[in-house]
Amino acid sequence: MSIAVTNGQLILPDQDAPVSGGIASDGDVICAIGEVPAQDNTIDAKGALVAPGIVDLGVFAIDKPAFHFGGITRAALMPDQSPPLDYPARVRFAAYSGKPDLWVHPLGAATVNLDSHEMAEIALMQEAGAKAIATGRNWIADSGMMRRLMQYCAALDLALIIHSEDGGLTGNAVATDGEMATRLGLSSAPSEAEAIAIARDIELARMTGAKVHFRQVTTAAALDLIRKAKSGGLHITCGITPAHLFLSDLAMGNFRTFAHLSPPLRSEGDRQACLAAAADGTIDVISSGHDPRGPEDKRLPFADAAPGMAGAESLLALSLGLVRDGHISINRLFDLLARNPARILGVPAGALAKGMDADFIIFDADAPWQISSDKMRANAGNTPFDGMPVQGKVSAVYKGAKAVWL
Amino acid sequence: MTSPNDTSPGAYPNGSDAFPHHNLLGIAGLQPWEIEYLLDEAQQWVDLNRQSSKHDDRLAGLTVINAFFENSTRTLLSFEIAGKRLGADVVNMHAAQSSIKKGETLIDTAVTLNAMRADAIVIRHGSSGAVQLIADKVDCPVLNAGDGSHEHPTQALLDALTIRRRRGNISGQTITICGDILHSRVARSNIICLRTLGAIVRVVGPPSLLPPAIKEMGVEVYTDFDAALNGCDVVMMLRLQNERMQGQYIPSPGEYHYLYGLTEERLAKAGDGILVMHPGPMNRGVEIVSSIADDAERSTITEQVEMGVAMRMACLDILTRRSRGVEGWT
Repeated sequence: MSIAVTNGQLILPDQDAPVSGGIASDGDVICAIGEVPAQDNTIDAKGALVAPGIVDLGVFAIDKPAFHFGGITRAALMPDQSPPLDYPARVRFAAYSGKPDLWVHPLGAATVNLDSHEMAEIALMQEAGAKAIATGRNWIADSGMMRRLMQYCAALDLALIIHSEDGGLTGNAVATDGEMATRLGLSSAPSEAEAIAIARDIELARMTGAKVHFRQVTTAAALDLIRKAKSGGLHITCGITPAHLFLSDLAMGNFRTFAHLSPPLRSEGDRQACLAAAADGTIDVISSGHDPRGPEDKRLPFADAAPGMAGAESLLALSLGLVRDGHISINRLFDLLARNPARILGVPAGALAKGMDADFIIFDADAPWQISSDKMRANAGNTPFDGMPVQGKVSAVYKGAKAVWL
Repeated sequence: MTSPNDTSPGAYPNGSDAFPHHNLLGIAGLQPWEIEYLLDEAQQWVDLNRQSSKHDDRLAGLTVINAFFENSTRTLLSFEIAGKRLGADVVNMHAAQSSIKKGETLIDTAVTLNAMRADAIVIRHGSSGAVQLIADKVDCPVLNAGDGSHEHPTQALLDALTIRRRRGNISGQTITICGDILHSRVARSNIICLRTLGAIVRVVGPPSLLPPAIKEMGVEVYTDFDAALNGCDVVMMLRLQNERMQGQYIPSPGEYHYLYGLTEERLAKAGDGILVMHPGPMNRGVEIVSSIADDAERSTITEQVEMGVAMRMACLDILTRRSRGVEGWT
């Protein structure tokens, strides 16, 4: 079924600001941008913003109501499932699990059982629908194993998505070294654990030519390494979640387990460095890291609680804060939320352009609402932003030219 | 014996304003006069405990539950005796005997304890923040008897009481805390308590056992024990908490003793009259030698245990005043 949207403010790639116009699809693929003729199935956007559907790179659970509320049309699922996505059949099952109204792109586990010892069947998982390979939340300590994984992924043209924390330094830490962790008596690790892990993997990427995506980079030192590696022409990208852009380790006060994240929240200095890196182009992706966890996982002593936050619903609204605060333009925001993650996954989406899948959202960047733990669409309300007033609300979501959420 | 309202006027506010807290979860957040009030209130119980009949019935009919999720001998006993001397019905719950082993969550245990209508719950738990988590779920006052590496407020209070009795004052004293600061809730509570009362606090230990941002808590940081001892008035020795260590933090107990053991030579070199404290349990020959530990002139180790009972009686008394309807504590 074809569709046309008229009278919108289009957020187009490589533009500085939204432009008036419409889009039209031929079947589920965008065929025209700008002046589009009205057809039977025409939606009047009434001057609202029209943007590509968000491609959420690295979620831990498929949670359709939360994704649709947040304007997410594709989600790349982390292999950290139970059991892990380390086997072609599991990958194939996951790849079909959201269709038709949400496309799930499984990230195959780099190693069997994510235990860093034995390579998983990467090519067979790719054939089964894996769009990239990920190390999960584990650190691969064996540099030889990491090198071989990168060589293999490079040959298959798959990005390797890495969680970067030196496990020897982090140990059983649940916080970043600092006054907060010291006062709370929580075991903590130096923030340098991130830069140390990334430094090694940048050199391995240089050796192997692999496409490497560091899923969450949250410290000034690590961002500096990535900035330098990118300027040297390596195929390196990195991402972050809103939590590390808008919260520091102070949020752990009163042992709030909703602020128990992996990697842990950092110092205010690191947070400022993350904002600067989002502005200067070092950070390529903002994702939700969506990981809904109920009271059985979160209503525990801080160190015993599971890390993670339910972030899908608030991803767009919080990220729009970067635009409102003048760090980036709204067009660049959608590079971070949609275009760049789609490129890393190699899927034809993430931009309003001819030939792309007709995945788009209509939204009001100014509409106010309040994030509230007990009123979430997600499976659980574990958000460290509970109670925060935000702006930006999606009014319609289209996946492959079909309305999936209005 | 003085009644709660007989305390000398001017030192702290009247009635419940002297200690307006529902729980005692930590020293952090307490005002200096609130700490002084607790210490002053404990004094009467020190006197009572030295009489042959050590009984007061102000908590008669009240139930105090000691819920200990982590092993303890002296703190549990101290709280049990404190409750019983005040006339309360004291029940001890050991994690080893509880449903925790059957997979019950901490919250469910808390709700269960609450349903039994305890009038005060004393909790020890191995995880930082666990006591606060339980306190949020129960109606009665909660006393923290140690949570992970976070706080152990009654230990800090009894240490302050001990120092005050021996030295007359805490303000202006230089107090060195030596040992495994990283894993120590006793150190954290003591740092906050002693700093709040105006002491100068030094911490010393192997760098691997000093918390990364300990300086931010307002202490002087040393790794050389002799330098940290030099010119101090009181030294608190802490035990190595091997049970909390994941990985190796020191090469051996022998090397630890060489660097951080309190020996006669070391103490003599640092000067006369340094008061030696230890919260127990001691590892003789590791952090402290027996000749110092057993010398009641120089060391306060048994006195600290004595002060512990009095201090806990004061805390149980004060925190239950609202539910007992004590005048001025509504």
